[in-house]
Amino acid sequence: MIALVDCNNFYASCERLFQPHLADKPVVVLSNNDGCVIARSDEAKAIGIEMGAPAFLMEEMLRSHDVAIFSSNYTLYGSMSDRVMKTLQMHCHTVEVYSIDEAFLYLYDMPHIHYEDYAIQLRAAVKATGIPVSIGIAPTKTLAKLANRYAKQYKKAVGVHVLDSPAKINEVLSCSAIDDIWGVGPQYTKMLQQHGFKTAMDLVRAPEEWVRKNMTVVGQRMLNELKGIPCIEMETVIAPRKNITVARSFGQLLSDKTDIAEALANYTAIAARKLRKQHSCARVINVFLQTNNFRQKDPQYYRSINLQLPVPTSSTAELLQYATKALDLIYRPHYNFKKIGIILMELAPDNQVQSGLFDQVNRPRDQRLMTALDAINRSWDGKELVKFGRQSGNRRWKLRQEKLSPCYTTRLQDVLTINI
Amino acid sequence: MEETIQRLAKTSMIIPFYKIVAAGFPSPAQDYGEPEIDLSKVLQPNPTSTYIIRIKGDSMREANMPDGCLAVVDRSIRPYSGAIVVAVLNGEFTVKRLVKAGRNWVLHPENPFYKPILISEDADFQVWGVITHTIVDQK
Repeated sequence: MIALVDCNNFYASCERLFQPHLADKPVVVLSNNDGCVIARSDEAKAIGIEMGAPAFLMEEMLRSHDVAIFSSNYTLYGSMSDRVMKTLQMHCHTVEVYSIDEAFLYLYDMPHIHYEDYAIQLRAAVKATGIPVSIGIAPTKTLAKLANRYAKQYKKAVGVHVLDSPAKINEVLSCSAIDDIWGVGPQYTKMLQQHGFKTAMDLVRAPEEWVRKNMTVVGQRMLNELKGIPCIEMETVIAPRKNITVARSFGQLLSDKTDIAEALANYTAIAARKLRKQHSCARVINVFLQTNNFRQKDPQYYRSINLQLPVPTSSTAELLQYATKALDLIYRPHYNFKKIGIILMELAPDNQVQSGLFDQVNRPRDQRLMTALDAINRSWDGKELVKFGRQSGNRRWKLRQEKLSPCYTTRLQDVLTINI
Repeated sequence: MEETIQRLAKTSMIIPFYKIVAAGFPSPAQDYGEPEIDLSKVLQPNPTSTYIIRIKGDSMREANMPDGCLAVVDRSIRPYSGAIVVAVLNGEFTVKRLVKAGRNWVLHPENPFYKPILISEDADFQVWGVITHTIVDQK
């Protein structure tokens, strides 16, 4: 059997843990730059707040319903996610962290447990972190996803649903819509609905031939999974990423090159740190710059450029040099720019780098410098204590985060303060 | 010649210099090494359910909890009579000693200038976590 553990309204639950007066109130979390709604509590869903709704269009509604609004605090959510995942790992050997708030647990090597009791205990253990979860257990990942949904919808008080008999599987299949199935996106949904499919059960009853013809091998696999035959493996090793992108909208529109260069320098530093963390080097960088295409009155501009590095590198200093060069090539004055980004590409392991014959860079020295930089910045409560000169300036690019909650779990000056 | 240089460039590698090894006598202590005492293990045996909070106010002064001190809260411990708890009473946090008095539960301050709070049956009450340690700066 496989369990899917999913945190209930994860971002809202993180915020509520430290503000219990919000327990029954609608809570929403906004995207970077406080742009649109990316997470909602059940109460916020109930009053009709849609996912992705732009915050500025709903100000009146949010106020009239006394909705608690938060900027996204990924430092907090990351730390809470870590606590949840570590707790799961204490209860199961094979845990696949599927996303910030979901994990698959492989239970086939624990055949003697009583699944329902196990899930109830697990749920209580995770609850001690402060985050409520729902658990679905089934023979396959795809069914575990549906079981989890079922638990959330119909068994809220227990928060657990186990598909341990054909009857239970059929019941869940019959009350799951076609687009509730893991892997069925908008396109398949449309196609299947056109052919008269409504529930997951309808798909299971379809002839295999038809599924293979219309949904390729992906559909075949889905069909098997829904029938209880495991086809999707557990993925417990995180493969190093093939590209690293850091791109963010500015807190306000920017035209001045110095302001934009400062943003790019900071994004480059973040990307370089990620690169070193996975022990890779980049061979190619891409820098792109764009205006806000929602502002139709403004003249529009978009350009992106690739630069090949002479020797693959992970040094912030060197990447900054090329990023700056890229910006020189694509920047044009008098536009209102909204966003800049850097993509590090053609990544290779950092121990397989061939240095060029005419390479002027002192690579061992750079590497030691970067190691020291990372070590210092890691040990200072999340603050970037040591950085490059190009990263400092008047910070006009900074994200808008007007409703940011404290980083309760990672910064001593931000811990929960209780008046007694 | 060029071929040789290229081959050398391909096969050369950096060997990091890790640790100083005594070239003379080996240390007689080397087989008896143990890790240093780790305070975080003492203060938070259950790290995933433990939170650090700061106390403001003096209602718990006589329980070694002066104004401004830090406290360690473990949410995995079941609350019991006599425990100092972080409680949520009608949506507000407080820290008091949880005491069972007959059939009722009371939030008991540790300062004679404060009154105990009787938890009425219709109160919205919940124990958030149990305080296991306080950290007081003695400087």
